[in-house]
Amino acid sequence: MSQATAAIQTDTHAEHHEELNFLHKYILPVDHKVIAMQYIFTGLIMAIIGGYFAYAFRMQLAFPGELVPFYGLVGPGEYNMLVTNHGTIMIFWVAMPVLIAGFGNFLIPLMIGCDDMVFPRLNRLSYQIFLVSALVLIASFFVTGGGFGGAWTAYPPLSSVAEYSLTDWGASLWILAVALEFVSFLLGGINFVTTAMNARAPGMKMWDIPIAVWFIVIAVILFMASVGPLIAGSVMLFMDQRIGTSFFLPSGGGDPLLWQHLFWFFGHPEVYVVLLPTLGIVADIITVFSRKKLFGYKTVIYTAFATGGLSFVVWAHHQFIAGIDPRMANVFVVTTVLISIPLAEMMFSYIATLYGGSIELKTPMLWALSFIAAFLIGGVTGIYLGASAVDVYLHDSYFVLAHFHYTFFPITIIGMFAALTFWFPKMFGRMMNETLGKIHFWGTFIPFNCIFLPLFFLGLAGQHRRIYNYNHFPDLATQELQNIRIFATVSLVVMLCFQLVFVYNFFVSMFKGEKAPENPWNANTLEWSIPSPPPHGNFKTLPTVYRGPYEYSVPGREMDYWPQHVPPEES
Amino acid sequence: MSMHGPVATHRSATGVPTGRLAVWWLMASEIFIFGGLVACFILFKLNGTPGFEDASLTSLTAGAVNTFVLLTSSLSVVMAHAAIEKGDRDKSFLYIWYTIGGGFVFLGIKAYEYTGKIIHGHVITENLFWSFYYTMTGLHALHVIGGMVIMALISFDIRKGHNYQRVELIGIYWHFVDLIWIFLFPLLYIANF
Repeated sequence: MSQATAAIQTDTHAEHHEELNFLHKYILPVDHKVIAMQYIFTGLIMAIIGGYFAYAFRMQLAFPGELVPFYGLVGPGEYNMLVTNHGTIMIFWVAMPVLIAGFGNFLIPLMIGCDDMVFPRLNRLSYQIFLVSALVLIASFFVTGGGFGGAWTAYPPLSSVAEYSLTDWGASLWILAVALEFVSFLLGGINFVTTAMNARAPGMKMWDIPIAVWFIVIAVILFMASVGPLIAGSVMLFMDQRIGTSFFLPSGGGDPLLWQHLFWFFGHPEVYVVLLPTLGIVADIITVFSRKKLFGYKTVIYTAFATGGLSFVVWAHHQFIAGIDPRMANVFVVTTVLISIPLAEMMFSYIATLYGGSIELKTPMLWALSFIAAFLIGGVTGIYLGASAVDVYLHDSYFVLAHFHYTFFPITIIGMFAALTFWFPKMFGRMMNETLGKIHFWGTFIPFNCIFLPLFFLGLAGQHRRIYNYNHFPDLATQELQNIRIFATVSLVVMLCFQLVFVYNFFVSMFKGEKAPENPWNANTLEWSIPSPPPHGNFKTLPTVYRGPYEYSVPGREMDYWPQHVPPEES
Repeated sequence: MSMHGPVATHRSATGVPTGRLAVWWLMASEIFIFGGLVACFILFKLNGTPGFEDASLTSLTAGAVNTFVLLTSSLSVVMAHAAIEKGDRDKSFLYIWYTIGGGFVFLGIKAYEYTGKIIHGHVITENLFWSFYYTMTGLHALHVIGGMVIMALISFDIRKGHNYQRVELIGIYWHFVDLIWIFLFPLLYIANF
């Protein structure tokens, strides 16, 4: 189709959609921006639930057996339910919807210069399935026996036999919710990949696509290629629970280790599925706030391919003590250590981007920089755990817990705040308050380190995960160790309190903030070339792209940025 | 081509129509779902799990007839596509319904097989082989049913002159369902290693 007809068509389109009523605009939307908001707000509400669970079980660990304010007494079964669902919620119902579905939906059409996703109604359907999955998960907390408590990894036979887990329906609803969530993201993912491949603005070649879009698409492809076996696995686990098959039960000829393989074949790439969108968001933010071209754009993308490829052959490092063949373990040690190479290369590219730039420490930039710092700690401690000999000691200890919180917290929470503060003007047409933003940043980042750094030491001291009350273990019941637990818990409470600053800033800025111009950060990508917030149909005339997304401080130009849609001057 | 929907839907930076691209991605993700099941099945079988010798109890004739039926229905969906390419809606409509008919025959034989097995006590919980047998063929049958429903919707749509390209898309899907059966048939009916 020629560009002219396309442009005319959008215009008629925009008019046609003016008369949308409330129901069709906000409850049953097909506009990718509204669907993005639905995902983000659902994710934020789930984050509150996940954070509340963390508060409850951390209080139990610091003050065992005492009443937790705003919660009550945490019983042993309830403790298991809280840790299990904290993990499940934070990964599947916060990281995935906010970073991939939320920002993917918002950014992909805007950044590649088109009016919507290629399948708007499929997009709506995938959100609706996602919402149902969240409701099923919440429902599982209230059935007889309570929510599932067999850890987010759901190892059978604990997860598959009701007599063991004591959560007959809780376990089944949990696996059902997870399976529905996967289906939702598969549908959404097909839409994302197809949109990015086919609906790009004229002139936008592969190497002109912003890193954020690239990485969301690579993440979606990783997800599609890794989740399939686990979907099959969830069906098998569900049938073990409800029909009485024994896929994972040794008593009936099945194999519990098989579930671990299926789970981690997905579970490890999943880390990169949520990591890549944040890395993309961070790349976009650091280039804008250091006014420099991204160092090694293509290298960064190649490293993402390498990471993605390697992520399929590292899964068994979660199972070093699960009874796998030690010769097999050696192979996985090598692949696990190898995967740090592309990621380290990517980190160096980011740091090289910052080098010599005119860095402006706005709130989104603070979040982006803190991501790099915190994620490096998470990454480096991962190398310890990748070595099977060390892992035998550290496995399932708080060292592992601290390690993956140093990866997932930066990915999910820091990445989310970076993206929200950066694109807030585009989403809501208002600026966020910078001072409050910075107070919130320091009030989150400092307590975050105070929570998780001490946990490394607890882990080295031999503290095992998923234990309800350490007073029952004489070696772990010492006052010294208890003081560390109390310190971590108090830090968590401080961090949670500082989130109120964000909530206040978010809602007050949304309605009363300073009006945002089209391009408040002087950025290059296409979403900054249109009004804030973008109207239905996004672009008045669909843009043509003339250059890559990171042309900052180009020598010989008056302005230090060069938007992608601006035609080159005659020379 | 219908001009409804956003401009995005009608762009084609890769040169491949958006619908076809999406169906290919759908196939890609489905391959991993069935691939996971098939891989688990093969691993159990290679480990000599007791019960897998029951593969000899499945009816090779029924399986072979079903393979023939399903492959023939794929031929008719190709002919539906060829007809709609020439703009012959009625002929395409007819061929789509031949395909749906093939689906019904397939499901009928499947139901007959299931009944016979269950009567003889080979229920899903008997041993791992039968668990896999019912899970894999059941999941496949769900795909067949889904394909038939979509095909019926498309057949009425094209008769009104809308969305001709969808005949090709459902055709790709139907071939994929066939292809999965091509893997399931030898694993569940023939192989006895």
